[in-house]
Amino acid sequence: MAETNNPHTGEVTAPPAIVEETAADQVTLDPELTAVPPDAGVNEYVTAWFKRVRSGQSGVLPVVGGLIVIIIIFQIERSRFLSALNLVNLLQQSAAFIVLGMAEIFVLLLGEIDLSLGYSGAVGAAVMTILAYPPINLGWGPAILAGLAASAAIGFAQGQIISRLRLPPFVVTLAGLLFWEGFLIWLINNQSPSNGGSIRINNATIYDIVNGNVSVTASWIVLAVALLLFAAASVTRDRRRRAGGLVAPPLSLTVAKIAAVAAGGIALVAICGANRAVFVGTTVKGVPWVVPIVIAIVVLWTFVLNRTRFGRYVYAIGGNREAARRAGINVHRVRVLAYTLAGLTAAAAIIILDSRTGGANTDIDGGQTVLYGVAAAVIGGTSLLGGRGKMVHALLGGLVIATIYNGMGLLSLSADIQYMITALVLLAAVIVDAVSRRGQTAT
Amino acid sequence: MMDSTSAASESQDGNVSRSASAGRETNLGSDGQAAGTPTSDVLLSLRRISKHFGPVTALDGVDIEVPAGRVTALLGDNGAGKSTLIKVIAGIHEADHGEIYWNGERVHIRTPHDATTLGVATVYQDLALCDNLDIVANMFLGVEVRRHGTLDETPMELTARETLAGLSVTSVRSIRQAVGSLSGGQRQSVAVARAVMGDAKLVIMDEPTAALGVSQTAMVLELIQRLAAGGIAVIVISHNLNDVFAVADRVAILHLGRLVSTGPASDYDRQSAVEIMTTGALSDRENGARGAAATI
Repeated sequence: MAETNNPHTGEVTAPPAIVEETAADQVTLDPELTAVPPDAGVNEYVTAWFKRVRSGQSGVLPVVGGLIVIIIIFQIERSRFLSALNLVNLLQQSAAFIVLGMAEIFVLLLGEIDLSLGYSGAVGAAVMTILAYPPINLGWGPAILAGLAASAAIGFAQGQIISRLRLPPFVVTLAGLLFWEGFLIWLINNQSPSNGGSIRINNATIYDIVNGNVSVTASWIVLAVALLLFAAASVTRDRRRRAGGLVAPPLSLTVAKIAAVAAGGIALVAICGANRAVFVGTTVKGVPWVVPIVIAIVVLWTFVLNRTRFGRYVYAIGGNREAARRAGINVHRVRVLAYTLAGLTAAAAIIILDSRTGGANTDIDGGQTVLYGVAAAVIGGTSLLGGRGKMVHALLGGLVIATIYNGMGLLSLSADIQYMITALVLLAAVIVDAVSRRGQTAT
Repeated sequence: MMDSTSAASESQDGNVSRSASAGRETNLGSDGQAAGTPTSDVLLSLRRISKHFGPVTALDGVDIEVPAGRVTALLGDNGAGKSTLIKVIAGIHEADHGEIYWNGERVHIRTPHDATTLGVATVYQDLALCDNLDIVANMFLGVEVRRHGTLDETPMELTARETLAGLSVTSVRSIRQAVGSLSGGQRQSVAVARAVMGDAKLVIMDEPTAALGVSQTAMVLELIQRLAAGGIAVIVISHNLNDVFAVADRVAILHLGRLVSTGPASDYDRQSAVEIMTTGALSDRENGARGAAATI
């Protein structure tokens, strides 16, 4: 029984007889931590957090720790690793991995996989590039929307096939991988026969997604506004919980959390605000547009997963599809929507990739790219078995992959070594996940 | 409904001392009335329900009455039709023939939604919980409270807490912990809490103790009794006769799709119940004749 496992049971729960009147004061409920009494201070929260880590619910701890270790190693080997130029470069490299990882998380949470996202996203990005190119010359806004819509439609169609015909997602999206690779080559060659399989990005705004910078002043203003919104949201949430008679973390803890986020944001803007020009006499500074874009996508999709019914149902289906069905959830609709959003997000990822390279290419390796998306999600801590994962995992996992690539590039390691090391990191991430999960079930 | 609830709780008070002979007398009296025509405290009554699957007759003219505030145990060997019967009540199968009365009114239960609307909640043997979601999310799965289109956790958490507290489920550390980290008895409690949260009037429990250890079984049996004490009608299917006789007020025994015996739990003992379950009748005992005569 639970009592034997958890010596705190008796302390934290209410005696049944007086529950009706004094439930608000008696029963311990906690949003994030376990075994915290209602009047808990910071100490109790820290203790509970340690307890959680020990019992295997370590969350993002391993990947953050791993990232720090990798960064230290590279910094010792190459002192320019932590230079502003290289760090900004790293952020630009990681963006596509991160966004593709988020695309894959929608499907991974269902316990499924979408192997086609590399090429279905590339088709959307190619559609955007073509629409922005002569003779159509569409503006950046409509072109990007059309590209996102094209990939979303591909995701929708594949989701329909998978869900309606009850086919294994692996096979359907493998077919999608091949089909959309062929379609991409046909599309680009058909539109631009004499350009050797590539179409240049002909729109300055699209090109600037990765290569352009937000001015330093604007960066600080955006950061200040974002931090204020975050602080207001955190405090309001805690206040609402307290007003409803629920337990919320102590104010000092919330303030510490906000301070940590603020410190990260300030460091980011400060690093990007330094002049990183390679050529003497020129000035390159400011936060690349892609950084706030990626953060905005992380926030948006996190909100969708945590605060909407759709998000809750994605987790439910990944956890127990039959239970979700019996609870009256339209499993078909949720799955199709998840594949659609995965397609949409994949288009964003490849648009970022194409913006970086300056054009849509037929020689993009969408098969490998999608696997990096999966790897980013899994390294960050998302389970391949479904039901467990967060959008922030793609952020962390994408940063790990980009850091390894970036650092090994600085060390001038050859591709063979790079592949093998990336593989070992992926394996290590899966092992950490499996071991921590075992610890959790033993509790 | 209020009247029948309070009446039921009163008689439930008598049932607390069910093992004593005085309590048994009271039971016999009230149940004797209920066994005939639908009376005020009968929540659900089925009349001549039949269900065929192709050539197989799963249910053959079953009559059964389920009083509010009582625990009715549904017994029978494998293939006797227990599962089909609860699926008819839960709206998963529609009966081919027969009538269903709810509070004395004729109703049609064609879909699970119909059953839910009436106030029928079913706790399946496999519980149908999402291990990765916390207790609150599981209890509100499919009926989430929303505010401006987004999930509103505060009222959900409060209701979940009240429901669990009302069932005296106090052994969970935090209702924000994942269901996967709970013990079997606690999981059963969450499934029951989920069932009764939506104003359920009849709770059907399919093998509630099958996967549980001794202390957890005791916890679930207590939970069942508390449900009944709160005026809810409970149907329990169980293979474990010890559990059945620990909580049941009434017993209904199915054999090969027919209801062969029904009556107050005190009229049966393990031996007679087993004999009726396996052979469909009692040959040489007086209450066997009574039980068989009650339905055939």
